[in-house]
Amino acid sequence: MTKNLRVKSSEYIDETNRISFKFNGKTYHGFKGDSLASALLANNVHLIGRSFKYHRPRGIMTSGSEEPNAIVQINSGTNRTEPNVRATEVEIYEGLEASSQNCWPSVEFDIGGINNFLSPFLPAGFYYKTFMWPASFWEKYEFFIRHSAGLGKSPTSSDPDIYDHRNVHCDVLVVGAGISGILAAKNAAKNNFKTLLVDEKNELGGSTIYENNEFNKIDNKNPSEWLKKEIEELKGIKNLEIKTRTSVAAYHQYNYLLARENLTDHLEVKDKKNKIRQRLLKIRAKKVILATGALERPLIFNNNDRPGIMLSSAVKKYSEFYGVACGSKNVFFTNNDSAYESALSLYNKGINVKAIIDIRDQSESKIVKKVKEAGIKIYWSHSIVDTTGYKRLKSVSIMKLSNDGTSVTGSKISISCNCLGVAGGWTPAVHLYTQSGSKLSFDEENKVFLPNQNTSEQISVGSCGGDFKIDKIIKNLNQKLKDALNIKQTDLDNIKVEVDQENSKKNIWLLPSDKPLGKTKPFVDYQNDATAKDIKLALREGFRSIEHVKRYTTTGMGTDQGKLGNMHALGIIAETAGIKMGELGTTTFRPPYTPLTFGTIVGRNVGKFFDIFRRTPMNDWHDENKAEFENVGQWKRAWYYPINDETMHQAVQRESKAARESAGILDASTLGKIDIQGTDASEFLNRVYTNAWSKLAIGKCRYGLMLNEDGMVYDDGVTTRLGENHYIMTTTTGGAANVLGKLEDYLQTEWPELDVYLTSVTDHYATASLCGPNSKKILKKIIPNLDLSDENFPHMSFKEAHIGNIQCRIMRISFTGEHSYEINVQASYGKDLWKKCMEAGKEFNITPYGTETMHLLRAEKGFIIVGQDTDGTMTPIDLQMDWIVSKKKYDFIGKRSLYRSDTMREDRKQLVGLLTDDPDIVLEEGAQIVSELNQNPVEMLGHITSSYFSPNLKKSIALAVVRGGKNMMGKKLFVPMENKNINVTVANPVFYDEKNERLNA
Amino acid sequence: MFLINCPYCGERDQQEFKAGGEAHIERPKQPTELSDDEWAEYLFMRKNIKGIQFERWNHAHGCRKWFNMVRDTSNDEIKAIYKMGEKPPSQ
Repeated sequence: MTKNLRVKSSEYIDETNRISFKFNGKTYHGFKGDSLASALLANNVHLIGRSFKYHRPRGIMTSGSEEPNAIVQINSGTNRTEPNVRATEVEIYEGLEASSQNCWPSVEFDIGGINNFLSPFLPAGFYYKTFMWPASFWEKYEFFIRHSAGLGKSPTSSDPDIYDHRNVHCDVLVVGAGISGILAAKNAAKNNFKTLLVDEKNELGGSTIYENNEFNKIDNKNPSEWLKKEIEELKGIKNLEIKTRTSVAAYHQYNYLLARENLTDHLEVKDKKNKIRQRLLKIRAKKVILATGALERPLIFNNNDRPGIMLSSAVKKYSEFYGVACGSKNVFFTNNDSAYESALSLYNKGINVKAIIDIRDQSESKIVKKVKEAGIKIYWSHSIVDTTGYKRLKSVSIMKLSNDGTSVTGSKISISCNCLGVAGGWTPAVHLYTQSGSKLSFDEENKVFLPNQNTSEQISVGSCGGDFKIDKIIKNLNQKLKDALNIKQTDLDNIKVEVDQENSKKNIWLLPSDKPLGKTKPFVDYQNDATAKDIKLALREGFRSIEHVKRYTTTGMGTDQGKLGNMHALGIIAETAGIKMGELGTTTFRPPYTPLTFGTIVGRNVGKFFDIFRRTPMNDWHDENKAEFENVGQWKRAWYYPINDETMHQAVQRESKAARESAGILDASTLGKIDIQGTDASEFLNRVYTNAWSKLAIGKCRYGLMLNEDGMVYDDGVTTRLGENHYIMTTTTGGAANVLGKLEDYLQTEWPELDVYLTSVTDHYATASLCGPNSKKILKKIIPNLDLSDENFPHMSFKEAHIGNIQCRIMRISFTGEHSYEINVQASYGKDLWKKCMEAGKEFNITPYGTETMHLLRAEKGFIIVGQDTDGTMTPIDLQMDWIVSKKKYDFIGKRSLYRSDTMREDRKQLVGLLTDDPDIVLEEGAQIVSELNQNPVEMLGHITSSYFSPNLKKSIALAVVRGGKNMMGKKLFVPMENKNINVTVANPVFYDEKNERLNA
Repeated sequence: MFLINCPYCGERDQQEFKAGGEAHIERPKQPTELSDDEWAEYLFMRKNIKGIQFERWNHAHGCRKWFNMVRDTSNDEIKAIYKMGEKPPSQ
């Protein structure tokens, strides 16, 4: 099993650097430069995994990112494990461990393989058809479906690696470093364009770099040799940056591209540590040159999926680039000349090529002649009708094709082989091109979709643009470069290219077998096990849209996104339905081109950086005093301050009592603060608040309610007049940014004539709110020279004062119903202010309280919290706050909406108080309210918006919105809960100190 | 991600901007004179065009200025950008 299939030392493989790695627990050896796939092939390992649905043994098909079959789990059982990795893209390193996926107990013996024999009972849409009925069985089915879904296993512990994002700007981005990309990048950079060249592989040069056939010459050199010289010359060019192992995942409009740069995946584990693993490049390019090349197509024939069946181009790359023979007995199956190049490559290395099966009648190109001279048997007009070998290809059976290519005739010939290279022509890799929004057109002659209508500054060069021969590639590249970059001459003007290549190709999407289609398995999508007969079944069942057929059969829905088989699926649909392929169109190519890790997408935004947060200047004190925090908008606010083992309830009860009986202090720094200045400031406030502002005296404060134009409450807060043309507005903590945005919007777009300037000063001030009957005494201790008498400093007024040298603004305003002061100082003095208050309040047992107690205290007073007691559907009238809506003002934002028929309905939900008949039961916020218990269906009248146990009233209180609640005072209602009905009575929402006597206490 | 040419700051990435809905809907000067239907027309009715659309944008994480944009919603091509109060380009 472990015979080494190295055929010749390759310059890309460092045979002095032997690397051991494990596959399915067994140790193998490869060399530096090997991919996991090439190293496994060198060890004669073809069986890599099992297919998704039928669990058929599958091997390595390709040598690149389009690989559908050889997907493996890397470093299983570690926190760096990664599922669904293409073995063809993994560079091996010492200690690498890979394992097969989707098989149990092992890839060699997989229980799920029974599905292969059950396949007649697992047609397209099997799950949709089977699990539809009876509906009650779904829960039972679900267990099995979930169990069999998915391929690899995701890691269960957190990712130890670092990921990064970087913005990149360039004049020209070249995607793909094959011959076209290299020449494009070189000429762009030489003409002073800041150029970035990226390629997903670790080596530059694409497929030309190992192109050693004698039929093509560039400047009398073979293309590989010539290109190496060009690559060498790239090194000295300034303006040119080259990134290898960098795969462009997405191409968005306006030439915005996302690429993943792989930095450590090829390194040994010990060298990965503390390095950035992958970096997401966010590239903004003035011009994009797509040189993404072409992908070889397979051929669709019966049992075309066995391990050992590969793309012809892959067989060639393994032999030329990696120096690995994929098989000891090779056969090729083709519809064009490409397979002959691969066959010759093997022949020249002394690897046995038994036959070439060609569906064409003949070809007279030089390369075919050369193959004939080599004595390799060619079967013209023949097709493979079947293959044998369960875990590794053993033989192929061929028959003569009828003239029209729809059936086979004559006798069957069996050819024994262990590797089959298939060559079905080339598909330009237009994925990124279409992602950019550009449109394709179908080239009937060559059966390919080609770039047609560009939507951004972009060109497609080389084979992704439809040029397959090297002379045409260079000629068209030259012209496209000159046009796109507006340059007169390039390096390419004087290149001499000799080409001897034939384009002849015979296209048959689905090759016939001697068996009826129903008895065959011609796979179109290897990873998802979609066969040609599934596609035909979908069409018979009435599906027509390509997007529907795709989803019904799952063709192209694997991790490879159908890079190999999609064209055949389209071809078979078009042929069967009698539609032209150009009219059928393609399914949408969506990003990413190849899968991205979550780490790459998230970058540095993990852990503490997942979401930004803001802390107040007093935060350290809260921390030191064991506060629990809650998130309010982006702020971390002190929630409550438990002492010893207090529960939240106990802490809040204690804090609430203290604030009413002696003194409490709240960190109110998070409230939004907007500085408003200008000669029209008063008029502006008149327009944005529901109440009147013109007559507010300097030094006075007023509560305002702000509506949306639809009449619904948007925000509230106290605004203070600091001077003739100067106000400071406070907003809710969460609404600050939106309020500022809304006010700016009106000023800039509706009322540009107003002389008003808005400045957000939320972060500039720290605010301590002193509250309770002893707050006045505490403030007096801090600022002895300030006259705090009701005459000089009444409720709803403002003073400027000094605490030592610190200037402060003090508002006598209250959100608790108690005598209170809000003291504002420059943010940097916030902690100092807080400590001074705590010290001065010590003799009064000043109690710091958090947001929960604040909510409780204001609920006792029936004060609303915008966003808790309102939800964007409440007008001030609904809130029973008619008193704040000016009748005199001609207009304000939202006024007209208050007179719409809908907002004037009597049966709107209105804010009321609720008292439970049993004063100890605290209602659940969000619970529904009904008036009848035995109604069916029961009519929901509304819900609880705020609910607490009030320690000051010694009973449960709640605020609720109830349909028609305004006229229900004293009415008995019910709150039905899971296991009991709670009796409640509608009450006045102001539960405590209805006459506001405590404000002046 | 569009590249938006803010009329005050120049070309910036879309993530600096906030879209503000249909442009050229003027707030009625005398809302109280309007019938419910007329007010509803102003308040609720917005076009959702496949093709050329006039819309408001705000450079929210930049100069915070509002401006107008003409955008083809079928391919997101930005046809024109002009300041508030300026005349829209003729179609």
